[in-house]
Amino acid sequence: MLSSILPGLSTLVKRGLAGWLIVIGAILVVVIVVMTAISPWIVPYNPTEIPSSPKILAPPSTQHFFGTNDLGQDLFSRVLSGGGVMLQVSILSVIVCLAIGVPLGLFASYAGGATDRVVGLVMDSIYAFPGLVLAIAIAAMLGRGVVNMALSIAVVYIPSYFRVIRSQVLSIKEMSYIEAANAVGAKNRTILTRYILPNIVPSIVVVATVNFADAILTAAGLTFIGLGVPVTIPDWGQDLTSGQRLLTSGAWWAITFPGIMIILLALGFTLMGEGLSELLNPRLEQ
Amino acid sequence: MTLRTYVIARVLLTIPMIFILLTMVFLLIRVLPGDPVLLHFQHPTEAQLADMRRQLGLDKPLWVQYFDYLFGLFRGDLGKSMQDYSSIGQQIFSAFPATLELAIFSMVIAAALGIVLGVQASKAYNKPQDHAIRIFGIVTYALPVFFLGMILQLTLGLGLHWFPVGQRFNPMVQIPLGLNVGSFHFSSGLYTIDSLLEGNIYKFTESLRYLFLPSLTLGLVLSGVFVRLTRSNMLETLRLDFVTAARARGLTENKVTYSYALRNAFLPVLTMMGLQFAALLGGAILTETTFSWPGLGRYVVDRINFRDYTAVQGAVIVFGVFVSIVSLAVDLLYAYLDPRIRL
Repeated sequence: MLSSILPGLSTLVKRGLAGWLIVIGAILVVVIVVMTAISPWIVPYNPTEIPSSPKILAPPSTQHFFGTNDLGQDLFSRVLSGGGVMLQVSILSVIVCLAIGVPLGLFASYAGGATDRVVGLVMDSIYAFPGLVLAIAIAAMLGRGVVNMALSIAVVYIPSYFRVIRSQVLSIKEMSYIEAANAVGAKNRTILTRYILPNIVPSIVVVATVNFADAILTAAGLTFIGLGVPVTIPDWGQDLTSGQRLLTSGAWWAITFPGIMIILLALGFTLMGEGLSELLNPRLEQ
Repeated sequence: MTLRTYVIARVLLTIPMIFILLTMVFLLIRVLPGDPVLLHFQHPTEAQLADMRRQLGLDKPLWVQYFDYLFGLFRGDLGKSMQDYSSIGQQIFSAFPATLELAIFSMVIAAALGIVLGVQASKAYNKPQDHAIRIFGIVTYALPVFFLGMILQLTLGLGLHWFPVGQRFNPMVQIPLGLNVGSFHFSSGLYTIDSLLEGNIYKFTESLRYLFLPSLTLGLVLSGVFVRLTRSNMLETLRLDFVTAARARGLTENKVTYSYALRNAFLPVLTMMGLQFAALLGGAILTETTFSWPGLGRYVVDRINFRDYTAVQGAVIVFGVFVSIVSLAVDLLYAYLDPRIRL
């Protein structure tokens, strides 16, 4: 598998800055995913257990690389294993968005007329709403937990998919090859899934990468205001939140390391999104 | 289309959007799994539940509740708090100016920083300075606003003591009073404006000092969007013939960039300011929570912790309606500035 990835990487990098952005972003994401996946075997201390003779708020040292928190837990171990919640929430929310936003955008805009207008108006209303405010309101009603966070984020981002897909379908719908397919009697479903959908996949990929980055930041935000996962689960958002109370005692390490991890993960997806959209829309590359 | 018909059409479009928004929020709180009254209590008795439902009008059929809710909103009544049955409208009204002030200053910082850096990047296209500014733009996008807030608090606030943290105004000084002429009294609730109206420069600088870190936090996070937009618009504009012509006439490069090219590249930035207002208010919730800023965002978070869902609903409505009005205003301003939009 590696032998097929490496040539792919080198051709990407040859595409200039955009290629580099994608490669660096992908590396960041892969490293974090792998780190989270193997964390149970590499953590030096148990990240959830409260030690019997805790060293409370110890600064970074050779024993505790990232120091300890107010319960005496090793922050290095918590950082290694704390990516799971963000990854789960973002993956789940992107899946929900794809499952609802893509068919909705395809059918509504292909059908046109009143369906398109009504769905479009509802989507525009959600889109115009402050996303985080809406996500907070939904999460507050649904309660805490990974699935509820993912659902509240998904509701906010479905309109982004809808809008991108709609604008593409509207222009593709008018092309002569679709007219030709109609003329030879192709079914609407065939036209949508075989002739239109493949053409809009690149745009969907760009929206999804941006959605990943946003979902991570929104999940961190929801956690920060107390709508995240229970404290017992190691999670960067949770560590950052509880670290805020320790700011006045000067424990900079309690927020710095989990915060940097959230940035790196969001940055990975942002870089990929940036690179992909530049590759697919090379307007300024003359 | 004349400007007048455009204005009318745009205003008419806003009405169904606000209506959908109100309906959505209603459905969210009342129909989504989870009865707000049931969620409010830890171990309720039947009598408690029935009493609260009656007090809040939640014992009526759903459609009656819906019309009560809509007519209440028309009269400016946002409902009663589940905490103590006090009027939510009053609480939101007193928290709103703090958020508005934070939002305005953050937007100014974001747009100013974004435009300056965006112009610089476009002038240094594909040079190291351009790359550095682009990376700055991308990194700000990946930055959790409350994390940046904590870092700034830790360094510039608690570490260096340059700026105060954790308050909106100096607790040792009386808050700005606004304008008082005889029996006439006016205060906007924005401390910077009120201190100027009062004619007190010390209070003005104090309010700026307290405002600085929260606004910088939110402004920095939002500036990336403006950097990117200004840069790509400038890159396109700088290639146009009228810019070459201006250069050929021997105008200085600064004059060409700022008075000629930027003026053309500015309109999309204006639209973006309208669009970003929604993101700004979302960010304000987190910024206010980080800095204990007593605005609407912190109000929402407080109310969530008290499981006061009617108050959350009221605040969410105010956020939504406010954003719709701002985006309406920006669109109208845009139509006024750029006649092409009305065609």
